[in-house]
Amino acid sequence: MKKILGIAGLLFAVFAATAALAQQADGSNTFLSAYNLENLLQRVGMYGVLSIAASFVIVTGGIDLSIGSVVCVAGCVLPHLIASLGLPPFLALPLVLALCCAIGLWHGILVAVVRLQPFVVTLCGLLLYRGLMRKFTDDQTKGFGSQFADLRWIATGRIGITESFGVPVAFVLLLVVAGLASLFFHRTVWGRHLFALGRNEEAARFSGVPTKRLVVAAYAICSLLAGLAGCLFVLDVNSARASDFGNFYELYAIAGAVLGGVALRGGEATVLGVVLGAALMRVLAMAINIVGDSNQLEFAVVGAVILAGAAADEGVRRLWRRRR
Amino acid sequence: MTPPILEVVRASKSFGSVKALQDVSLQLRAGEVVCLIGENGAGKSTLMKLLAGVHRPDQGELRIAGRAVEFADPRAALDAGVALIHQELSLCENLTVAGAVYLGRELRTGPFLRQRAMEDGARSALRRVGLEVGPTRLVSSLSPGQRQLLEIARALERDARVLIFDEPTSSLADAETQRLFALVRELKASGVAIVWITHRMNEALELADRVVALRDGKNAGEIEGSFATHDRMVAMMVGREVEHRQRAARAFGDVVLSVAGVRTKAWPQAEVHLSLRAGEIVGIAGLLGSGRSELLRALFGVDPMLAGEVRCGDMLLHAHGPLDAARAGLVLVPEDRKLQGVVLGMNVRENLSLPNLRARGVWIDSAWEHQVAKDSIEQLGIATPDGEQVVSALSGGNQQKVAIGKWLLAKPHALLLDEPTRGVDVAARAEIYARIEALAEQGMATLFVSSELPEVIALADRCLVMHEGRIAGELQRSEMTEEAILRLATGSSVA
Repeated sequence: MKKILGIAGLLFAVFAATAALAQQADGSNTFLSAYNLENLLQRVGMYGVLSIAASFVIVTGGIDLSIGSVVCVAGCVLPHLIASLGLPPFLALPLVLALCCAIGLWHGILVAVVRLQPFVVTLCGLLLYRGLMRKFTDDQTKGFGSQFADLRWIATGRIGITESFGVPVAFVLLLVVAGLASLFFHRTVWGRHLFALGRNEEAARFSGVPTKRLVVAAYAICSLLAGLAGCLFVLDVNSARASDFGNFYELYAIAGAVLGGVALRGGEATVLGVVLGAALMRVLAMAINIVGDSNQLEFAVVGAVILAGAAADEGVRRLWRRRR
Repeated sequence: MTPPILEVVRASKSFGSVKALQDVSLQLRAGEVVCLIGENGAGKSTLMKLLAGVHRPDQGELRIAGRAVEFADPRAALDAGVALIHQELSLCENLTVAGAVYLGRELRTGPFLRQRAMEDGARSALRRVGLEVGPTRLVSSLSPGQRQLLEIARALERDARVLIFDEPTSSLADAETQRLFALVRELKASGVAIVWITHRMNEALELADRVVALRDGKNAGEIEGSFATHDRMVAMMVGREVEHRQRAARAFGDVVLSVAGVRTKAWPQAEVHLSLRAGEIVGIAGLLGSGRSELLRALFGVDPMLAGEVRCGDMLLHAHGPLDAARAGLVLVPEDRKLQGVVLGMNVRENLSLPNLRARGVWIDSAWEHQVAKDSIEQLGIATPDGEQVVSALSGGNQQKVAIGKWLLAKPHALLLDEPTRGVDVAARAEIYARIEALAEQGMATLFVSSELPEVIALADRCLVMHEGRIAGELQRSEMTEEAILRLATGSSVA
């Protein structure tokens, strides 16, 4: 709870600072404009799904470095199925999600049954899927052209609230995913078991928890959600090039989750924190774009903020422990 | 009289609001073995950490040969000749024996290690403790007993004059324990002072020149070794006389658990057959490595069985996992509490409900969970403010109660216990015994493994002795003596 308040406070502070700086920089209210806020929420929606995906695996004490490449798979295969092969969207979408889920299943089996290290398995996945996609698309850009506007509504649409402001559909999707993930984590047996095995896999096994099955499921859900986010991304920008689509997204995903209080050692996460963490990442990225002339400093700022957050977290924890 | 080689003078130490030590004094002379006894939480570990330079006293002081000293860190204590032999045998497993002996003070020329010199030095240090392994062996290949000797060799190589042992025999087999005792006597004769922290009264009786008891962070009495008796020591520790339990004869019910032809990885050639009746408490004794724990693990299904079948209640278990076993009413409280028995980072409530949620459906019934946690805490006497306390903050005995309690909630027919009271203090131990007996009264079949023969003799209705993976013999309550058990355990033919 404390962690969530902390991250919420940080989010608010960065948001306010950005708004003030933007005001100063160009005198107008571009940052706080309805258009910009819609944009921000839409991005939070898409990246938030990625961070929730990452937290499923991190909770087990593992890591998924292949998230960006799975985004790339979804981003290249979906337009291919729909625009090139002419498959109807209601068939193509589930197919893409199933493909991504299968990728996660495969990771999970390698980690839980074959007992390879998650870092190795998913690092190889990162390289493998991107390489395969480049071959598959022959480095051509994939997109939907000018058609399929109603399908792209899922990612780009707004649900109007006032005349000038609408809630992006992508953000609503995030709320749905976050709600389901939250139920899973905190209200179901599976979630409890996942937290237990993340803390101590052996003790969980001795308590009759089917640890292997759960780890496999966690990886499958992670890749499934990464695939969902990948579909949103490609529907949003309408063009995906395998060589760079989704590049580094695993790092955004993991950073958002960690900022949101997901412990890398496993067994600790709140979905609300993850959503706030992902939102903070997006606000930062946008702040750099608005305030600076270019996004050259983006990585540096993001790195510095996460480091500061982690240090503050540890500092507060120590202080608290000493007080007890 | 010479001044004590090491002296603690009226030391106090607090952690936050917890007063771990208050006004505690201890004197240690060269060539003396002082056994430090006390329940968990009595302050033994804190005192030991003061001696070894891990903590510094808030008040009071340490003196070496009459002069006040202050240890900045464990290294400083070591330089002053005070060495702690760790309970957890903390040597880095990937090092060679020589590397471990010289860890932190490697012999070198410039940046380069002098391997040969360290191997020679290690060899002579190992000879002093009677450990016959080559200096290039990996630490990971040594048995717990050998590692302990290695730790001692390491301390001696640094000219330690004071050795502090923390529960040194808890992971040792009997033969290794005897060897350690012999070494301690030798060290003592050569003028080394020894602090021996233990839960086992017999060790104090055997080794101590003086027994010092702590209770609630204060000195709670001291007696000469020759005057020490089991009852006197326990009385000092708990501050009252502990009555001996008399046990009424019980009638047993039907066979609940039967094990036929089970073979495990530890002893693939040996078959185990046994059966347990409702209400019966059966102990399994045997040396370390005789396949006792492996048998329990295979029965519960955390390790695969190579062959054989287990019948619990009316369910037949074969190639099963823990989940199947638990469904059949067969549960295991494992040997390594912190690693296997409980999830340390979760709270009491979550630990208690962990194995029992699944049977109640997919959604967690929060009201039910809080209620059973509250009930279990009350029934088992778990010392915790409430169910929300993180289990890692509990004492060993209370953690063990959680490890047992979570399975009792599953209402099992047969309870497997592996070293049920390892690292558990006297009072909690008595509570655990009472709980096991009360469960037996209600018809629970209990099969427990213990390395402590007095425990087997006190608790078991019947004792099975394992040797090299087989059940070498069975002793009824009237036949159970330490000698009889040891004779079977060591494989000597019964004359």
